[in-house]
Amino acid sequence: MPLLKLRESQIMKIHYLTGICAVFFVAIHILFRIGMGMSFNESLEFHNVVANYHNIYYVILLELILVFISIHGFNGLRIILLELKQNQWWESTITILVLAAMIGVIAYGTRTIIIGSQL
Amino acid sequence: MWIRMSEETKKIKLKVYRTNYNKEESPHYDEFDVSVKRWTTVLDALLDAKSYSDSSLGIRYSCRMASCGSCGMKINGRPRLACYTKISELNDQTIVCDPLPNFPRIRDLVTDFTEFFAHHKKIEPYIQNERVPIDVVKNDDLVEFKQTPEDVDKYLQFSYCIKCGLCYSACPTVATDTKFPGPQALSQAYRYTADNRDTGEPSRFNIIDERHGIWRCHFAGSCSSVCPKGVDPALGIQLLKGHLIGITKNDKKIATLRSKEE
Repeated sequence: MPLLKLRESQIMKIHYLTGICAVFFVAIHILFRIGMGMSFNESLEFHNVVANYHNIYYVILLELILVFISIHGFNGLRIILLELKQNQWWESTITILVLAAMIGVIAYGTRTIIIGSQL
Repeated sequence: MWIRMSEETKKIKLKVYRTNYNKEESPHYDEFDVSVKRWTTVLDALLDAKSYSDSSLGIRYSCRMASCGSCGMKINGRPRLACYTKISELNDQTIVCDPLPNFPRIRDLVTDFTEFFAHHKKIEPYIQNERVPIDVVKNDDLVEFKQTPEDVDKYLQFSYCIKCGLCYSACPTVATDTKFPGPQALSQAYRYTADNRDTGEPSRFNIIDERHGIWRCHFAGSCSSVCPKGVDPALGIQLLKGHLIGITKNDKKIATLRSKEE
């Protein structure tokens, strides 16, 4: 069964868009690490990292990065694994496993963000 | 002076991959010493070895002028047409001939093109036009499509494909994914998509837009670098991807039909 009945071109469109968005938002994330009046190392100290979670805009940014990277990364993994074997069982299993892993990572990451931000 | 130089001969060593899968013969290389001139091609050298050293040498060839695409093989590590490759341009005393990679092997340098042609056939490589009135088709009337030179330029280079299979053998995706149509079939899909006599785009897109279809091309570009006819399959594939994803529009104006008398 095709992934969520999407055509491969639609999946690849999502793949490319999430890739571009991930680069954009990760760049903003890194700029925040080096442009907040403190050194890069200082910005990674525990209390500074936790402080980020109390800024709602930063929480949204982190959630977006999590979603974009998970979709892009797990679809990339699916593409690599699809080329290993060519049979229906393998393709369906890989698609289901990768989709489940992607949902799992997003769910666990979202849980961490929610706990960290004390929403 | 030129005549004297052109008649200069030298000896080279021809190493040819030998095997026969029907006789469970283990693969090995046979070596032949062949006299060559400045213009001797690899195919000439192989036929020389076949005529004077070992008549059992298996080679497929036909036109000897890079038109039929029969004599594709790996020569000194690169897929080439044997009839189109001069020994002198290889700059080597030893010429190694192997069968084309990514093709099932039959015997010696002869490979099986069944799967390759099946991929080609699957993408419906012919003009489909539902606008042609059925009575014109039935009566086999003499009609033709109006096409400008600009319309032809859009697909011309892709129509030079001779189906020699060199691009297919050079493709890293074909090496791992047997369901991938390969650069030849995909560039032909583009060739007919860009042709303004054709309206078969939706059905052709359905065929190539699947799990093992066009999206498995990683744009290595080896297909374009080995093509002996100057076709750029990698370009065709990227243009087709653009159409599929909606970045570029295939805004061709379908050609109109006219009778021969017009």
